[in-house]
Amino acid sequence: MTRRDPTRRRELLLGLLGAAAAFGICEAVSRAGLVRRSYLPPASEVVVRAVRLAGDRAFLDGIGVTLRAWALGLGLACALAVPLGLLLGTVPVVEAATRAVLEFLRPLPSVALIPLVSLLLGSGTETEVTLIAYASLWPVLFNTVYGLGETDPLARDTLRAFGFGRLAVLLRADLPATAPFIAAGVRISASVALILAVATELLSGFGQGLGIFIAQAQTSTDGTRDVLAGVVWAGALGLAVNGILAGAEHRLFAWAREPRPEARRPRRTTPQPWTRTHPGRDHP
Amino acid sequence: MLRLDSVSRRFGEQHVLDGISLTVPDGQLLSVVGPSGCGKSTLLRTIAGLLPAQEGTVTVDGTPVTGVPERLAVVFQEYGRSLLPWLTVRDNVALPLRRRGLGRAARRAEAETILERVGLHGVARRRPRELSGGMQQRVAIARALVCRPSLLLMDEPFGSLDAGTREDLEDLLLEVHRADETTIVFVTHDIDESVYVGDRVVVLSAGPGSRVVRDLPVTLPGERDQITTRGSTAFVTLRTEVGRAVRAVRGAPPEGPR
Repeated sequence: MTRRDPTRRRELLLGLLGAAAAFGICEAVSRAGLVRRSYLPPASEVVVRAVRLAGDRAFLDGIGVTLRAWALGLGLACALAVPLGLLLGTVPVVEAATRAVLEFLRPLPSVALIPLVSLLLGSGTETEVTLIAYASLWPVLFNTVYGLGETDPLARDTLRAFGFGRLAVLLRADLPATAPFIAAGVRISASVALILAVATELLSGFGQGLGIFIAQAQTSTDGTRDVLAGVVWAGALGLAVNGILAGAEHRLFAWAREPRPEARRPRRTTPQPWTRTHPGRDHP
Repeated sequence: MLRLDSVSRRFGEQHVLDGISLTVPDGQLLSVVGPSGCGKSTLLRTIAGLLPAQEGTVTVDGTPVTGVPERLAVVFQEYGRSLLPWLTVRDNVALPLRRRGLGRAARRAEAETILERVGLHGVARRRPRELSGGMQQRVAIARALVCRPSLLLMDEPFGSLDAGTREDLEDLLLEVHRADETTIVFVTHDIDESVYVGDRVVVLSAGPGSRVVRDLPVTLPGERDQITTRGSTAFVTLRTEVGRAVRAVRGAPPEGPR
């Protein structure tokens, strides 16, 4: 603890310094007239506008709508991705059978699906939630499968030796061992979900939400300032969500950061497409 | 009673166990020694039902082992990997009781009793990795004892501990064995340890294709202690005999290098 606190304070200080510098540069560029004011209003004006929006009832309702779609979509993605990941990670036959399909679907840019899904489901919440869920499925799914591969086989054997059946071993050994990986996947998905929420609203163009606010601000006088204020809100939401989830991971999975004994890694016969997104800090 | 009838096992072309027959009466502590790679762990895993025997049969109390036998407990050498790091010490120990339909409070109470018994005080709410290696292995032993196993399998349980901790845990094992009269199969590569804790020592030949080459009763008093027992003539005679057998299967000259 004594060793980590100063490091953390330094990191926080440097972070604030970086933010202040970015703010200062934007402010200076605009004030000095390097860029036309209507293209880039001074940062202070944007921030003041963003803060004022916090008192705007209609705007806050819009934020509420966006966050609701975000939460629904992310929740749906987790509810699908975790069981699916457990299935893929424990039944090699299913994994082999679905790999080609998953590898085809995964690189499709979710934003490109907005017109298609809008066509099928209209431009309401269903479309938004569906797209968010689709996009946030992948990080959770792949991290679940990857995490399962990292479960210590000796932990499984121990439970088996105590007479636990296959499902019990999955729930009591594999799932908890994979939980930090799943949580890291959820944190990544949370940002992806926010992008999709705003993007879907922007492209569908009517209704309520942060994306709608930004889309409508384009057409008003002083438009750039309002658009940027909306962007500041989107960024702040992303930052807050990430901070909350990272904090929760840190608290819940303290055990995963302890030095762990060298485990014999399960050998894979086929190359794994799963990318590694490690929870917490990397083990040496 | 544990009975092995010409148990064999291959991994691919490699013969690991080659017709092992053994009978372990109830309440006996059987030490299994052999050079490394002789299939001791494979033998233990086969008895535990974690690996199916390919030829021959393992029977526990007259029933052939097809899956994991009832009332079995295993202690592995790698305590750090065998204990679940996300559970507290108490919940790790209480884990096997989940299969007995006990309530949470009863499970925890039992776990705490058994923790006291293996000499661990005030660590119930800690997590395994916060403890020293010796304490972690005590937790693993407590977890193995909590469901009062009729058969306890130990795979080089003290192999990675320092000498002092190791002596303490050997004595703990003897004490538990005297009190509970559990049948124990204790795998080790340490000759002195095999004699010190065992009622009987079995020497396996070097792999591939391990067989039982020596089967010795340990004629030492039940009450043992690290200093007098290890200094006694009976102990020295036995450890010499076991030592010679192990050297012979390793293909080393019987008296060591000159």
